[in-house]
Amino acid sequence: MAERQANFDEMHAEDGSIRPAYSEYCEWHDGQETAWLRRKHADCESNFRKTGITFNVYGEDEAEERLIPFDMVPRVITAAEWRRLTRGIEQRVSALNAFLYDLYHRQEIIRSGRLPVRLLRDNAAWLQQMVGFTPPGGVYTHIVGIDLVRTGPNDWFVLEDNARTPSGVSYMLENRETMMAMFPELFSKVPVEPVSNYPRRLAKSLAACAPAATKGKPNVAVLTPGIYNSAYFEHAFLADQMGAELVEGSDLRVKDGRVQMRCTRGYQPVDVIYRRVDDEYLDPLSFHPDSMLGVPGIMDVYRSGGVTIANAPGTGICDDKAIYSFMPEIVEFYTGEKPLLPNVETWRCSDEDSLGHVLDNLDELVVKEVHGSGGYGMLIGPTSSKKELAEFRKKLQANPHNYIAQPTLSLSTCPIFTKKGLVPRHVDLRPYVLVSPDGIDITPGGLTRVALKEGSLVVNSSQGGGTKDTWVLKET
Amino acid sequence: MLGRTANGLFWMFRNLERAENTARLLDAGLRMAVTRDIATAEDEWRSVIAASGLKWAYEAEHDGYTGHQVWNFILREKANPSSVLAMMEHVRTNARGVRTAITAELWEVVNESWMQIKDALARPVSQGSVGEIVAMVRRAGTLAHGAMAGTLLRNESFHFARAGTYVERADSVARILDLKYFLLLPSLSYVGSSLDKGQWDNVLRSVSGDSAYRWLHAGQIDARGIVEFLVLDERFPRSLAFCHSALRDELAALARIHGREGECNALMREADMRMADLTTEMIFEQGLHEFLLGFMAANSGIAAAIAEDYRFVR
Repeated sequence: MAERQANFDEMHAEDGSIRPAYSEYCEWHDGQETAWLRRKHADCESNFRKTGITFNVYGEDEAEERLIPFDMVPRVITAAEWRRLTRGIEQRVSALNAFLYDLYHRQEIIRSGRLPVRLLRDNAAWLQQMVGFTPPGGVYTHIVGIDLVRTGPNDWFVLEDNARTPSGVSYMLENRETMMAMFPELFSKVPVEPVSNYPRRLAKSLAACAPAATKGKPNVAVLTPGIYNSAYFEHAFLADQMGAELVEGSDLRVKDGRVQMRCTRGYQPVDVIYRRVDDEYLDPLSFHPDSMLGVPGIMDVYRSGGVTIANAPGTGICDDKAIYSFMPEIVEFYTGEKPLLPNVETWRCSDEDSLGHVLDNLDELVVKEVHGSGGYGMLIGPTSSKKELAEFRKKLQANPHNYIAQPTLSLSTCPIFTKKGLVPRHVDLRPYVLVSPDGIDITPGGLTRVALKEGSLVVNSSQGGGTKDTWVLKET
Repeated sequence: MLGRTANGLFWMFRNLERAENTARLLDAGLRMAVTRDIATAEDEWRSVIAASGLKWAYEAEHDGYTGHQVWNFILREKANPSSVLAMMEHVRTNARGVRTAITAELWEVVNESWMQIKDALARPVSQGSVGEIVAMVRRAGTLAHGAMAGTLLRNESFHFARAGTYVERADSVARILDLKYFLLLPSLSYVGSSLDKGQWDNVLRSVSGDSAYRWLHAGQIDARGIVEFLVLDERFPRSLAFCHSALRDELAALARIHGREGECNALMREADMRMADLTTEMIFEQGLHEFLLGFMAANSGIAAAIAEDYRFVR
């Protein structure tokens, strides 16, 4: 790929002028003194450290806590752009729920020959325990994060679906809090859609999915693996903001056909569990017999209508990248419409022809493991050495089913603040979507992740990415 | 409230109180040691270690008692599981674990204090900075109590936190008194012994009671007065009587919230009965040491009953 197309710069048009989305922000930015902006930039970091918005890094000392770097230049989306995006997201999320219902019931999509049965058979995320069961309210994916990338003015693509336990929403909220604390005057100049009601919307959405056994107002709890989990801050933050209990597996037990939590006044039933633990750690009786984290018997209570688990067990299959490659067909199958938000072009290495193409063009492609996440175990062809390419080629040939490949997209850029002024860096976007029997609710904006290194396309926080506040401008 | 959360709050404030008391003790010890000859200074450091309950841990690591060794051991050494640094880390870990039961302001002062103290204790501490660090630890306590008083709902969270504070404070003041009991025997004052009055000052200072005592007793100092002040005077917020009176209120509030009394309320009543109408004469008759042992046992019995009554762990 000798001539890579220039990246779409979200702030500057080709002629160097400021695009309309950013005009008000830039006007403000240009009016500030550089020294003052620099000081504010440092203040942002100490603000995050003080509030304790940290994440623990896997494989490091337990006490080690890191900050996800925050960049103070907002990422701006116009009202019209956002309207278009929400239609596409809604369509995709409805399709995901219909797909999950079908997978765990009649499997029409497999019977019709649109999806190979192999994708279920070989997939640990597909749960036998869920077959024939319909979760309360018919909702599988209570919270979804759809990862989007942009390559041009109207070109947005879905890069990944996160239907298991999407994380990062606390950063969306804290990034906005920080911006409002640092630059209050900015928000009186620029009309930005608020995000701070997300926890209330989440609480409402979860309560609307309460199980049949609920008496009175539903009791909602957030289930965390504990304070050493990398996302513990977020678990505590969401529980706090929703006014829900933050529980660990050891606080819960099954008693009288309900899941109950150990309180100072005895055991009390929990109606809805927003769990931030993986499926296999939910119930040692159903999944991992050696796990200390789960609640023995919780799956039986679930199946008999005693508790709601959000997201439903078995939704993780939608995060699978082989399933992803079928999303255009899936959307069409369940909605009867063409997908409004396209996938990134994807080659399934399990197909012999595709594998040939991938092997021939390895140095131009991004290759991902189908079950992988967090940017681990992937190959970025254009930035890899000959040796890395050769090693990956062997892995691919040995186990082609395990991989998909995509072109190296020229992701859009948005400026970040540095000592040298504003410089462009690649970004993606994860909007957060709530699903309940009352409908699909999308918070305007989401989490913008940014690759802080020049030229880098990897935005994952585990690999040196940062975040930005994301603004959706109000309709004028 | 979850039993685990109640446990976390109780221990968050016990650990904070312990860190603070250890810092006060160290501060008094340092003052004593620098104004005495080397032999007396060594005794003083030995007694600071003993009063912190660290004799075995310390002697497993060090041979003699020098100031530098002692304050570094107490403040930061890894071999000391109850170092001020370890206590403060527990406080923060507890606070993280009960993040949903405390306010953002309380969490932030605890987190900031922790960052500051951790930073200050990253390297060995020289004599010149002991005082500064002690002040930091005391301030951590003041800020946390202030943030709690100003922002926390007066619900279970508040009462478990306060109960933890008073259980720990009662225990540590009793421990310090017990260690110095030989200095406080009435016979000494009767015979007008040559006992250094500075030692008495030191006892008061190690519980931050020196100026309160002087104010109440117009500068007159004797053993009987000190015992009366630290054990029975309900006006002094670190006396045993004050701690138990405050603890009684917290446990009564918890019983009200839960609509029933537990074993801890019964034990509290028994302890109150033993303290009622108590005089210094009666304490000395019984023996100060014996009295303090009885007090500490009752105090830890109450703490165990709180954990049991409110399902801290099971």
